Amino acid sequence: MAHHASRRWLEVIPNPIARASRARPLGRMLVVRVLGTLGILLVLSIIVFSMLHLAPGDIVKNLLGNRPSSPDAVAAIRAQYHLDQPLYMQYLIWLGNTLTGDFGQSIRLQDSVANVIGARLGITASLSGLAFLLAVIVAIPLGVQSAVRSGSWIDRFATGFGIVGLSAPTFAVGLLLLYGFAFYVPIFPVYGSGDGGLDTLWHLVLPAITLALGLGAIILKLTRTAMLRELESDYVTFGRARGLPDRQVHLIALRNAAIPIVTGASLVLTFLVGGTVLAETTFALPGLGTLLQGSVLFKDIAVVQALTLLVAVTIATIALLADLAYIFLDPRIRAKEGAQ
Amino acid sequence: MTQNQVAVTGLAVDGPAGIVVAPFDFSIAPGETLALIGESGSGKTLSAKAIAGLLPSGFTARGTIALTSATIELPATDAVWRATRGRRISLLLQDPFTSLSPVHRCGTQIAMTIQAASTTRLSRAECAELVTHRLAEVNLPADVARAFPHELSGGMRQRVAIAAALATDPELLIADEPTTALDASNQGEILDLLRGLQEQRGMAALLISHDLGMVRGRAENVLVMRHGEIVERGDTSSVLNSPSHPYTRALIEADPSLTDRSAGVVRAASGINGDGSKTGDLVAATNLTKSFGDKTVLRGVDVTVGRGETVGIVGESGSGKTTIARCIAGLELETSGVIEFDGVALAPGRASRIPTQMQIVFQDPYSSLNPMISVGRSLKLALRVAQRPASDLNGLLHLVELPVEFARKRPAELSGGQRQRVAIARALAVQPQLLICDESVSALDVSVQKQILDLLAKLRVDLGLSILFISHDLAVVRQLADRVYVLRNGEVVESGECHDVLNSPTHPYTQALVAASIHEAPAY
Repeated sequence: MAHHASRRWLEVIPNPIARASRARPLGRMLVVRVLGTLGILLVLSIIVFSMLHLAPGDIVKNLLGNRPSSPDAVAAIRAQYHLDQPLYMQYLIWLGNTLTGDFGQSIRLQDSVANVIGARLGITASLSGLAFLLAVIVAIPLGVQSAVRSGSWIDRFATGFGIVGLSAPTFAVGLLLLYGFAFYVPIFPVYGSGDGGLDTLWHLVLPAITLALGLGAIILKLTRTAMLRELESDYVTFGRARGLPDRQVHLIALRNAAIPIVTGASLVLTFLVGGTVLAETTFALPGLGTLLQGSVLFKDIAVVQALTLLVAVTIATIALLADLAYIFLDPRIRAKEGAQ
Repeated sequence: MTQNQVAVTGLAVDGPAGIVVAPFDFSIAPGETLALIGESGSGKTLSAKAIAGLLPSGFTARGTIALTSATIELPATDAVWRATRGRRISLLLQDPFTSLSPVHRCGTQIAMTIQAASTTRLSRAECAELVTHRLAEVNLPADVARAFPHELSGGMRQRVAIAAALATDPELLIADEPTTALDASNQGEILDLLRGLQEQRGMAALLISHDLGMVRGRAENVLVMRHGEIVERGDTSSVLNSPSHPYTRALIEADPSLTDRSAGVVRAASGINGDGSKTGDLVAATNLTKSFGDKTVLRGVDVTVGRGETVGIVGESGSGKTTIARCIAGLELETSGVIEFDGVALAPGRASRIPTQMQIVFQDPYSSLNPMISVGRSLKLALRVAQRPASDLNGLLHLVELPVEFARKRPAELSGGQRQRVAIARALAVQPQLLICDESVSALDVSVQKQILDLLAKLRVDLGLSILFISHDLAVVRQLADRVYVLRNGEVVESGECHDVLNSPTHPYTQALVAASIHEAPAY
């Protein structure tokens, strides 16, 4: 768009130079966001660290289990995991290691945190991705149709679907699906993550549907509301008045409704990151959700810290991507970003 | 009836609560314009939408539309409308700020229409060429195709909308208040452009307007509609010059561009120096500058408002007039310059101002009132800010000439004029010294406009208010202001006594504005 030279007369249209200078505010925004995220991560790590120490239970006892313990053994373990140091020192040791890329050892699993998380990340990422994809693919078209044919059977179906999706608890839906499609009609596996590749994907279908139902319901509602509002607007009337086909008019409205939908979808995605725990537990998937659950119960601080921060980074990234999407989707926001 | 004309017979609209528009007939010859005049709520827009098949749900149309290429019996099916809309009948909407999709480029929006009307699939290059051609027809350069609507001025946007509406070469164009949202100097241009395009193509046009002055010289025939009924019809000059129905006469009298009331009752009010209390200006803004990023909207503007004085600021959209008001009110931070109130300099921003100094009344009474709470609650909240008892509510409603029962109503139950009265009452609840009216009557019908202006005139006398009145409409400012500033591109090009400036403007820009605002009057 920068290759038109003759727009001298039209000062309102940004010229190539203005467009180039627009990259700077965008860069500034990115830097501010990254610094802000780092600050949040620091505060979050302190809070999680303190809370785990405040919670009842003793790591040493958890580790030794029912075995008889000598005071020497206890002292050795305490020294090994720096539990004999004052609390702030424990935190600083953890922080120092983390900054050098060492996330520490999992007390419970006796492996490095990086390995522990790395081994389970794939499952959770695939599960979240699949669930989100399913939710978006079904909910957005259904939401659009439901708004376009407001009051029709499809709208009533979508509304019913929305209510069920929002109100049915994840574990209940999971169990129902298991009963229906793994036990009664055994087309899907009951539990586990499969042998990798297509088999893993096959194992993830039911848990993904379980998660997607709740997500899809929210995206559906948001899409329908946003579309209904856009369909009321003048440009839709004007589009119809000059004979544009219905499909095209709906696409124009959808493009305008994209911002609230993207906002909703990004919020839902962050919710999904936490929501996988229930689905993973129901379907016995060795993902990050079950890892987090086990580690919190065991007070496996290093793992909990790393997981919390991972979730926080993911959420911050999603939010940043959503903001970048606004700039891409709405030329008015683009112009405003450029003017600042 | 001659051939090749658009003839509509027995057009009526039924709403959920019975007949909204009573049956009426009209015909328009090719290249000619019929004006349908009426105030908001008269049924003129519903009539237009009925002809375009775009009635809101709950409304049905009756009647027959006879075009040269087809005859449509109303109510028609979706399939009939698909073949009709765009190709045979096109509808141009009032507000160019909302009738184009904000996230699509102008060229794309025109191209969509071209493609929709075309029987074959057009290539990208063919489309681009046709778009350029359509833009040229409305005197816009090809570059506009790459622009987004928000990058264009209101007048340019409406040109894009016209290009899009006419891209299908319809037989009949319905233009629903096509210039109401535009500045005075753009209005004439747009209407003349439409007229030219229409003559070239032999296209019939139905021009819908609340503004009789606008129609003068631009339509062959006029229909005047009131409460869904045609009360007067005839050729334009005879209806305007010798109206037979009292409603038509009232419309003509209420039109500010047709009657000069500048020496009227209002100006006699300047009794401020009589009490000999304080002299000097209430507000003095000196060397006011404001930039947004690298865009400068105010370049060293000086504005003063005396005690009890009404000062008008006139300019087109983008001239910076609203920015002045917002800087004075502290809603916008000036880049440089000094704003003094009562001789004391105010720091930029709201924190340095107190509510009793000034209040602002915005343009759109539909969005400036909270729709969820009753009028009474809105006003009581404002009274509480001023630490006045809630029992002052009735007095406040009385002040703006609203019945006491209105306290229980919600904004949605009120008309535009009534809402603006509530907005004024809310501003006056804190008994401010200065009332800033930012295009406060622009969204209203002419007859309602006059009532609100009369109310403001009364209030300034009764309360000794100073008023800063911002408007793009010279005719409106003429009725209220003692002094006037004419603003262009962030600079004051002319200022002085309202009467002098508007009757003998010296700056060419002011001359152009004055000419644009009253160009209807001397004709015929």
